[in-house]
Amino acid sequence: MSEFKSLDQLTIAQNFELSELLDRPALQEMAQSFEGLFNVSLRVYAVDGSLLADSQKTPAFYAFLEKSKIGRRKVQEVISQVRAVVGKKEAVLITKGLAGIRYLSAAIEHEGRLLGRTIVGPFIESHLKPEPEELFSLDPELDREELLLHWQALPRLSDQKAHQINQHLQSTLALLVFSGLKAHLASHMHMASVQESFRELSTQNHKLKEAYERLKELDRLKSNFLATVSHELRTPLTSIIGYSEMILQGIAGEVNEEQRDFVGTIHEKGEQLLDLIKSLLDLSKLESGTMSLRKEECSFATVVEQVVSTLTPVALQKKVYLVPAIEEGLPMSYADPERLRQVLLNLTENAIKFTPEDGCVTIALGETSLSTDVSGSANVLFGATKRRALQFSVTDTGVGIAEAEKNKIFDAFYQIDSSSTREAGGTGLGLSIVKRLVDAHEGQIQIEDNQPSGAVFLVTIPLAVAQTSPAI
Amino acid sequence: MFKGPPEELIVQLDFATRELTIKLVYYGPALSGKTTNLQSLHEAASGDSKGRLMTLDTRDDRTLFFDLLPLSFEDESGLKVRLKVFTVPGQVIHSSTRRLVVQGADGVAFIADSRVSETDTNTAAFVDLKSNLEAHGMILGDMPLVIQFNKRDLPATRSAVDVAEMAKAGKEPVYMATATQSVGVVESFLALLYCTWLNIEKEHQLSEKFGFDGLKFLHTVASKLNYQGTVDDFLNAAVGGNIKSDRVRLGSAE
Repeated sequence: MSEFKSLDQLTIAQNFELSELLDRPALQEMAQSFEGLFNVSLRVYAVDGSLLADSQKTPAFYAFLEKSKIGRRKVQEVISQVRAVVGKKEAVLITKGLAGIRYLSAAIEHEGRLLGRTIVGPFIESHLKPEPEELFSLDPELDREELLLHWQALPRLSDQKAHQINQHLQSTLALLVFSGLKAHLASHMHMASVQESFRELSTQNHKLKEAYERLKELDRLKSNFLATVSHELRTPLTSIIGYSEMILQGIAGEVNEEQRDFVGTIHEKGEQLLDLIKSLLDLSKLESGTMSLRKEECSFATVVEQVVSTLTPVALQKKVYLVPAIEEGLPMSYADPERLRQVLLNLTENAIKFTPEDGCVTIALGETSLSTDVSGSANVLFGATKRRALQFSVTDTGVGIAEAEKNKIFDAFYQIDSSSTREAGGTGLGLSIVKRLVDAHEGQIQIEDNQPSGAVFLVTIPLAVAQTSPAI
Repeated sequence: MFKGPPEELIVQLDFATRELTIKLVYYGPALSGKTTNLQSLHEAASGDSKGRLMTLDTRDDRTLFFDLLPLSFEDESGLKVRLKVFTVPGQVIHSSTRRLVVQGADGVAFIADSRVSETDTNTAAFVDLKSNLEAHGMILGDMPLVIQFNKRDLPATRSAVDVAEMAKAGKEPVYMATATQSVGVVESFLALLYCTWLNIEKEHQLSEKFGFDGLKFLHTVASKLNYQGTVDDFLNAAVGGNIKSDRVRLGSAE
């Protein structure tokens, strides 16, 4: 608020000057039109006595008088007499000018505060006849005829008419002052409001920024916690799996059918739990950025073949066709084959899981190109540069994925339908890990619809040649 | 929230010119009749005491920044009292403007919409008043306050009995009004002036310093607003509040 007058300063203390409220050229025009209308001069003074508007420079009568030394002195006397009342509040009819000349001086006020002064005149009382003797005794050297002519040319007004005109003038000026004040207030309020809103928004922004920083820190702590916990969970679990395996192998003596069944379940669930913990560990490593890729020259086709052979028994069990479709003569690329296998395994497992009996899952591999992802607008400006890339696609004939879900399914722990977990299993971690692994390879993952039903996951990994620095 | 220093000078008192300037603010939700109250006061006031009513509004007659009604009265003691009566813009988005207008207020009239459907907006506006006062280091509880339940002529309003029941709980005097018909407007205003004056008297001892007679002054204002009754009449018109016990206190102070 410091740059602006406060509302109280504006409206209560009335720290205004007339020149701030009224446009000077317009006031000057008004004074001239006033003289045109009433045939009498008008001067407007500010409260400090400075002249703001003047309808006529010097009346011809005064100009004539000023030709003589005595006359000039007389004129100056009259003018200083008129100026002397500038500070007074009430309207003053000045009658003691020379040769019957009068002025009407009145204060310009706003709510009782003095803003300036108007002076109407010189004029002569309308009934004044004949010309006063004083006129000719002013300076005997002046030409009497000419003097009289100029004197007679002065405007004539009755006192009553002068007051009427003054009243009209005052109400016009009051209106102008009011409008000026209103405009002044409105513009100040406007600026002050904008400033106040800006200050408010800045405060909010600051709070948001703080909250964001705090959340980021919390997120980092969460990832650390997850990594630590996963690691600590693994140790006892290794014992559970190891010992149950030994019991199953009969190392601790004979086990009967029922015991084998029970211990088998313990072993199997232990393995499942270990997988889950591994996933969590991967995720937290990926999130905290400590996961390193072991990149090497590798064949993506081999990755596909390995995945197909791993998952064929699962597909057979579910009566789903698993079909590889690999383009021939694809180049080798520099990537982490273990992580790519994890990606493909995860996607294919999912595809089989959500494909009904007699459905078909296709794993395809081909060459494509990838636009380098400069930020959105820059792409448009500079034209996207294309890179050679290899593309895996996993196509299923399952239920498909709704448009609204497509962005969310890569979030950790997100599942489209949590009830399906019970039917199909899974932790909701797989796809978020897939997304991060693909990101780590500077690749892209997209989901498209398969026709008539099902989903297509497209994973595009740019072709890379061996670099001197092996890990990200 | 902006926490400025406590207002440097709440009441503007000019010893040299013997002038006292009091700022009264009409607060309340959008379209509750704040501007109508001011217009009605402006009409009621006699010519020599009122200034031009200034409205800073939009083309559809919604208050954009504020309305300002200047009133001035002279006490027998020669103390000149200027009243600046403001309204705030009621619409929720103008909170920062309301904060600017309410700064340095000596008294607040809260204009509520009597319709039952407006209960929540009334409450929201009241909370807004509280927080905007706090932003200037002022406490609502210390602020001379009069509550007006306006629009009594509309259907589905909260019944007078209900309002009286609610008013009993608070210390603020409550007035019923239909500002469009000038009903209750002057009473609310006079009561606000009365509460404000009590507060100023407590702070500045005007009676001691200037020989200012508050009751006579209120009487002058009432007659300038063409109010036919006495001070007791408009105080008695209030529903609830402990305005009358103040009256007793005042009587003993004299």
